[in-house]
Amino acid sequence: MKTEILKIAAAHLKPFLLVLSLVVLYRGHNEPGGGFIAGLMAGMAYVIYAGAFGVNQAKQLLLAKPLFFMGLGITLAIFSGTIGLMNGADNFLTGVWTSISFGNYDLKLGTPLLFDLGVYFTVAGMLVKVIFSVMEEDA
Amino acid sequence: MTLFLPILIPLVSIILLIACRHRLKCQQWLSISAVLAQLGTAFYIFFNLGESGHLVAQAGSWPAPYGITFVADYTSAILLIAVSLVSVAAIIYSIGFVDQVRQRGGLFVLFQGLLTGVYGSLLTGDIFNLYVWFEVMVISSFVLITLGAEKQQLRASVKYLVMNLIGSMLFVAAIGLLYSQLGTLNMADIAFKLRSEAIPPLVNSAIMLFFIAFGIKAAVFPFFFWLPASYPTPPIAITAFFGATLTKVGVYVMLRFYSLFAQLDTAFWQPVIFVVAGLTMVFGVLMAASSYDIRKILSFHIISQIGYMLMGIGLFSVIGLAGAIFFIVHNMFSKTATFMAGGLIYLYKGTYDLKKLGWVYKTKPFLAFLFLIPALSLAGIPPTPGFFGKFFLLYAGFEGAHWTITIVALVVSILTLFSMVKIWNEAMWKPEVESANLSVKSVRPAAWVGTVIAVVFTLLLGLTVGFTYDYFAQAGQQLIDPMNYIKAVLPDLIVK
Repeated sequence: MKTEILKIAAAHLKPFLLVLSLVVLYRGHNEPGGGFIAGLMAGMAYVIYAGAFGVNQAKQLLLAKPLFFMGLGITLAIFSGTIGLMNGADNFLTGVWTSISFGNYDLKLGTPLLFDLGVYFTVAGMLVKVIFSVMEEDA
Repeated sequence: MTLFLPILIPLVSIILLIACRHRLKCQQWLSISAVLAQLGTAFYIFFNLGESGHLVAQAGSWPAPYGITFVADYTSAILLIAVSLVSVAAIIYSIGFVDQVRQRGGLFVLFQGLLTGVYGSLLTGDIFNLYVWFEVMVISSFVLITLGAEKQQLRASVKYLVMNLIGSMLFVAAIGLLYSQLGTLNMADIAFKLRSEAIPPLVNSAIMLFFIAFGIKAAVFPFFFWLPASYPTPPIAITAFFGATLTKVGVYVMLRFYSLFAQLDTAFWQPVIFVVAGLTMVFGVLMAASSYDIRKILSFHIISQIGYMLMGIGLFSVIGLAGAIFFIVHNMFSKTATFMAGGLIYLYKGTYDLKKLGWVYKTKPFLAFLFLIPALSLAGIPPTPGFFGKFFLLYAGFEGAHWTITIVALVVSILTLFSMVKIWNEAMWKPEVESANLSVKSVRPAAWVGTVIAVVFTLLLGLTVGFTYDYFAQAGQQLIDPMNYIKAVLPDLIVK
């Protein structure tokens, strides 16, 4: 079902959902949120777009194939675990933190966030891959 | 760090396999080198267990019981080595056996995924983490069963998935129950609390639920029916790999839980385990004796042999436990080797049906020999490992004066011999059936290499038992007295 309302809504929802997913990803360490839910949001942005404009057009908007994002996600997650090894061989998965200051706001960055980013990409890639395959079968 | 390598290596290899998914040669070599690296790590862990025989690692440096603990002792290290040895053979075999479509469709990625789950289950010291590894195994094995999407496979996969989901559900329910009673999910911590405080009554219900959940995974009586329904359907290379890993992990976890928790209530658990073990053995072997398909016979035998391992758990003496662990390892090698030889017969004759097969011995004597060794091992003829496994178990049975289960085990092993002889008579010695319309497929040498490797492992396990028995006994000793395990995980514990 392709209606003008859905098309306009989807086109506007996509950037909104993507930005929101990043916010949810970042706050996930201490507050509700995290890589999984943020990944679902990011994936949904493309799924809604595909629902309105068709799978082929949505695919062109993706920067790479969904499988690439899944692989990237797992790589990031494993890599985040190995950063702790700099401080000794027993520190696999141990958190390492750093922060960047913008005026009086501290942007806290750490390996758990990197791990969450890995989850984010994996989940988003997985969701897009699965739902696009099903939609293509339907069409 | 070393303890995390068995999980990291397959995970990293998955990423690399995805990266070179269009080049089959690259995938094959990558998988082989990944399992060889795992094998090296397994040996490294085994020889670095140290004086107390435990290696402990805390993920993220969070101390136990707050973080997730990884523990290796002799039992898990031995099984780690066994699994990686078998996977070397299984991967080489499947390169030769499995068709190109399936190999390109992610066979190797899924193998590594399954291995991640298996290694994780063997090493983890946290019950919830164990649940996660079980799920990793279920997902990978479910896709492996459906890989290729033949009608038969899809039908089987539903049964497999439903049974495993029920098992997982009971598992989670038990975890919740246990956590509500004790406030911890670290195995060593639970074991310590059960030993130092009054046991809340619901803990026993949780352990019972665990037993059922693992019983489903290990395919014991009366939860075994998913196994013969699903194992024979995928290509036999995959079945061989399943037989060596999935059910055995279920048994390993039972062993671990019995040692840490259930042994506090032996009066209740020993009869339960014996009854389940006896019935598993008898039903498995009777169904095997009545089948006429090589894959089905061998699948039913998996069940029957699980009964022996359970018997060892129930006996719970050093020799009994050593026997159980030895039996797990022996089964990984022998069963995989028989499956592989059966697969080769299929490649040459085009069928698994014993009624149609014939004269393998006349046309392919070396293949018949490759089948004979692991088959004799399963039946328990010296000097194959099957003989020693049964010998330890029966010895422990007589020693502990558990007459019924021991006599059942003896009778079942005669029936096992019968069904192995049946395969031999029908497939090897009978004149070939003329009317059979057999399509002979091409045999790639890797299938032969894999089978030979598995058979050699089987033989070596039997011939070196004099050197290796001490390690198995040490593993049994550690399981009987888990206090060292608890102390290794929780070094700051003040023992009253």
